[in-house]
Amino acid sequence: MTGDAISHAVLPGIVIGFFVSGSQRGLEVIIGAGLLGILTTLIINWLKTKAKVQLDASIGITFTLLFAIGIILINMLAYKVDLDQECVLYGEIAYLPIDLWITDAGFSMGPRITYLAILNLVLVSGFIFLLYKELSITSFDENFGIVIGLPAGAINLALMSMVSYTTVSSFEAVGAILVVALLVVPPATAFLWTKKLTSLIKLTCGLGIFIALAGYYLAYVVDSSIAGMMVAVGGVVFLGSALIKSIRPNLLFGTSAPGKPLEI
Amino acid sequence: MSDFVYFFTFQDASIAFVVIGIILLGIGSAYVGTYSFLDKKALLGDAISHAVLPGICLGFMLAGEKNPIYIVSGAFLSGALATFLTSWLKSNTRLSDDAIIASILSIFFGFGIVFLTVIQKSGNPEMAGLNQFIFGNAIAILEEDLYIYGGLAILIIITLSVFRKEFSMLVFNADFGKSIGYPMGAIRLVFNVLMILAVVIGIQAIGVVLMAALLIAPGAAARFWTDNLGKLLLIAGAFSAISGIIGTYVSFVIPQMPTGPWVVVFLSIFAFVSFLFAPKKGVLSRFVARKHYLKKTHQDHLLKSIFHGLEGGKKTFAIEEIYEAFPYKKKDTRHTITNLISDNLITVDQGLITFTPKGKSEAKRIVRLHRLWELYLNEYMNIAPDHVHDSAEKLEHILTPELEALLENRLNYPKLDPHQETIPRDTDEL
Repeated sequence: MTGDAISHAVLPGIVIGFFVSGSQRGLEVIIGAGLLGILTTLIINWLKTKAKVQLDASIGITFTLLFAIGIILINMLAYKVDLDQECVLYGEIAYLPIDLWITDAGFSMGPRITYLAILNLVLVSGFIFLLYKELSITSFDENFGIVIGLPAGAINLALMSMVSYTTVSSFEAVGAILVVALLVVPPATAFLWTKKLTSLIKLTCGLGIFIALAGYYLAYVVDSSIAGMMVAVGGVVFLGSALIKSIRPNLLFGTSAPGKPLEI
Repeated sequence: MSDFVYFFTFQDASIAFVVIGIILLGIGSAYVGTYSFLDKKALLGDAISHAVLPGICLGFMLAGEKNPIYIVSGAFLSGALATFLTSWLKSNTRLSDDAIIASILSIFFGFGIVFLTVIQKSGNPEMAGLNQFIFGNAIAILEEDLYIYGGLAILIIITLSVFRKEFSMLVFNADFGKSIGYPMGAIRLVFNVLMILAVVIGIQAIGVVLMAALLIAPGAAARFWTDNLGKLLLIAGAFSAISGIIGTYVSFVIPQMPTGPWVVVFLSIFAFVSFLFAPKKGVLSRFVARKHYLKKTHQDHLLKSIFHGLEGGKKTFAIEEIYEAFPYKKKDTRHTITNLISDNLITVDQGLITFTPKGKSEAKRIVRLHRLWELYLNEYMNIAPDHVHDSAEKLEHILTPELEALLENRLNYPKLDPHQETIPRDTDEL
């Protein structure tokens, strides 16, 4: 749920970054969003430990407040920045190819967002590859990690920064809210099918690719929002998996009549 | 200023409608939200509020216009489906609660966005009003909307008030309710229906994204002010109604501002002020109380160690010994000694400490409580004499005179504690 909270809460950071840099390309946008992401984690933590607000309420209050501030900022600066409410909500992949990265020599290198996405992919895979053991330990048994001397707090903070960075780089393409779906739905679906961490990660990546391609195709067919359709496909896959997984045990192992007891 | 007067005198009937609407809505959602906050299911409200979007769009598609009845029933149905799926996934998969809620929330919202863009492409001229459901625009509440939204809000408030006992049982101890024969399943169903209704009536004014704040924040903020459920509901309702009015006012004065975010900002201000400054539970007052308690315990420890010195047969007590007894705390100790002198408990003459009569009786009281408690643990709890010290070290600061009298009575005014040390009384010579 922290991913959800962060993806909503980075909005004011993005808006301020837009405003400061005057364009969507600025490094300021990413820095602003990253800072807000970390700030969100800190506020939630502070509310939970110091102010003794229960966890779900502290998440709920923090992200709604930051999201509200973000929307207000967009409305205040509406005439100064090229950012509107719709873009925040569902992004628009379809317009991104227009936004080309042109070198100083005037040579077109293709859509800018592609490079951002590649950079993000490299960073995230590198992060997971390098810190695989540490991440596994802190996610499964944080106290054990602390006992054997891992900086669990720092690793958590790094993970949350990774989440905020991913959110920001996907923001233009899919919007602030649907990022959550892409963050949560593939792993949740994969989790229904496997119990092993490595196969969980592989399955999640596969699902992510499938959802993106199928969503894009369907959106092309019915002419709707690409991001929305991607999430809808993800949802169908997720709910279908849940349904299959909940029925199958009954078909395979469920017995209506008790078997005969062993005879001597 | 003229805006202010114009707004709050309700010269314009439509403003009166809006304000009545937002007050009813605020109180209704605060009531439901407080219960779900107490039930520790605050984020379910978030999931429902995102999940009503596809229903709104479908309702709009079917009606072909912004018809409140179609939209409310569409929103209600998709909210109900989301709630059902959440509890179904919870009982049929091993996914964690937050993963389920985040998935349901984003999947429904994704479907909503798909429908929304389909409507946009269809070029229906009425569709401009549909975007208001996402961020909310209370100013757009019309008289006919008010009858539906306000009526539903009143229904929620009345149901929650009439069945207060049942719903309290649901959130505090559902198993108990079941064991004394209440139909808890049905009560939970009714509660979920009320929760979805609260979200549905809020979407016009607050918008789907931020509706969660109206459910979560009032209850969480009010919880810092009281431990009584009745008062809790009243305070939560008041917070929510007031921020609703202020938020509406702001979006009235600055027309391009949506109402929802402003209501949420004011509500969060109430919440954070409560977290920080509420008496008893706020961060600040807990910090002060802790400081105060630490000061008192240190003072008690000082008096006790001086008493031990005198008990050992010394006539006076050197101030340096006190500093040595509490290493690393020299600053605190110096501060406490100054306090003790100004409270007329000790006097210091050329680095030597002597008790005043008042100080002597206070020191005796602390040592007496300590030793009485040790004896009580030893005699009544059968705890070995070498294990009773730590507990007594804590309780000596908090035992009241009434408890002291009770202990004395129970132990029959003992002379010695388990370590064979004298229990000092005011009449004893020191």
